[in-house]
Amino acid sequence: MEQVLIKKVEKTFENKEKKQSFTVFDDINLTVNPGEFLSLLGPSGCGKSTLLNIIAGLDQATNGEVYVGEKLIKTPGSDRGVVFQEAALMPWMSVIENVMFALRKKMKKEEAKEHAKKYLKLVHLSKFMNSYPHELSGGMKQRVSIARALAMDPKILLMDEPFGALDEQTRSMLHREVQYIWEETKKTIVFVTHNIREAIMLSDRIVLMGTRPGGIRKIYDVTIPRPRVITSPEFVKLEEDIMSILGGEIEKVMREEMGDDFNSKKASLLYGTNNNMGDNI
Amino acid sequence: MFPSPLLSVKQLYTGFFETGILTVALTESMQRIAIGFTLAVIIGSILGILIGTSKLADETLGTLVIALQSVPSIVWLPLALVMFHGGAAAILFVVVLGGTWPMTMNMRMGIKNVQPILIRAARTMGYNRTELIWKVMIPASIPSALTGARLAWAFAWRALMAAELIGRGGLGRTLMDARDFFNMEMVIAIMIIISVIGLVMEYFVFSKIEKRVLSRWGLAK
Ligand SMILES: Nc1ncnc2c1ncn2[C@@H]1O[C@H](COP(=O)(O)OP(=O)(O)OP(=O)(O)O)[C@@H](O)[C@H]1O
Ligand SMILES: [Mg+2]
Repeated sequence: MEQVLIKKVEKTFENKEKKQSFTVFDDINLTVNPGEFLSLLGPSGCGKSTLLNIIAGLDQATNGEVYVGEKLIKTPGSDRGVVFQEAALMPWMSVIENVMFALRKKMKKEEAKEHAKKYLKLVHLSKFMNSYPHELSGGMKQRVSIARALAMDPKILLMDEPFGALDEQTRSMLHREVQYIWEETKKTIVFVTHNIREAIMLSDRIVLMGTRPGGIRKIYDVTIPRPRVITSPEFVKLEEDIMSILGGEIEKVMREEMGDDFNSKKASLLYGTNNNMGDNI
Repeated sequence: MFPSPLLSVKQLYTGFFETGILTVALTESMQRIAIGFTLAVIIGSILGILIGTSKLADETLGTLVIALQSVPSIVWLPLALVMFHGGAAAILFVVVLGGTWPMTMNMRMGIKNVQPILIRAARTMGYNRTELIWKVMIPASIPSALTGARLAWAFAWRALMAAELIGRGGLGRTLMDARDFFNMEMVIAIMIIISVIGLVMEYFVFSKIEKRVLSRWGLAK
């Protein structure tokens, strides 16, 4: 368990050819508590992945600092495991070799193998140890990817829309699995999503982000006891609360992207205004 | 005037089992292609990896390779004959040259087309740049490298035959000798050998390996 401290972080992308620059956000301040499950929620393009990549060390902040525990983050490191939207498994390696790949910097082959087996068991994939990625379903690949990230025994687990590409059933199954893993391993988890229900289902806190100007709009504490039921009154209430703000942010993004073509009425039909919204965006 | 197929088959038999002319010629050509192809694959891979991973190398060496690639390698033979004082080394030079460029270009493409997400994933596991090249970029490029090797073989084989027609030894020279003696059956017999070797390598050896690798890499249709 370790805390993540995000201090005055700014990210500006420079476009050298056109001499333009684009500031995604300019002052993000956030503390992720040890052992906390925190979600970053927001419309497309608001910088969720950018922020996650900065924490991961894959991307550099233009200004400001990120600390994991006492350590200032500059590069990626095995104290932070990352799960991407695509499983990002090496196609030429079997399932177990993929998990071992994350361990080979730290341990000998035999030790890595035992370790990898343990984590494959945790995600219930022991039977598929010797399969190749292309032989697995999307959900299974994502579980391998989670096992791989966990196997490094990181202090922080960073997940960028890990279930975004999966169908509803697989996703809710993986929600249970992630909760189980979180309770078992007590990791600090930062979870990016644009699905409101997913965020409420899993998180201790939800950080709602917006665009233009990019930044944190509001932080929600989710106190609904687990296991959470999406039809419970508290759940529905929170979902509507979040939607009322997120809806405005999404409209802003769409107006920006579509220009004059944007039609608020049509959009509200397309995207819904009630609690189904979480499924559609 | 047109040679009879039956007599050509007979020439094949005599050439291999009685006079041994074809055995000697075939052995020599196979040795040359083996050495030439191996060198082309090694040089091409190194060049491809270099220009695939370094922007500077791509802009300099890469441009040069593209320019050289458009020159049929047999065109180098006259120059090579002078440079290497004639003979075997000149032929080998042309063969290697023929195979190197397609190998280089395909290796480069393989490296360039590695999914960035794989590299990012490996970076989160603490691999540094050199390790990324060896453990992610090169293995991920194997399918493309294999296509390169298949093309390298095809180009090298054609270059070898062309060079032997002009130069010394091997199937090509034997074919020219047969023509000089107006032995058209023998000419046809050698043409059969040349095409059979081409077919076997391209359609059995390479396509078998390619199929296997593609299915392992999850790229098979
Ligand atoms: N390398 C880059 N160069 C220039 N602009 C970039 C780059 N990467 C991201 N951006 C811009 O930064 C903004 C934030 O992108 P980011 O990927 O973080 O959004 P996101 O919130 O993760 O969106 P999504 O939900 O669609 O994944 C976007 O407007 C994007 O166009
Ligand atoms: Mg994103």
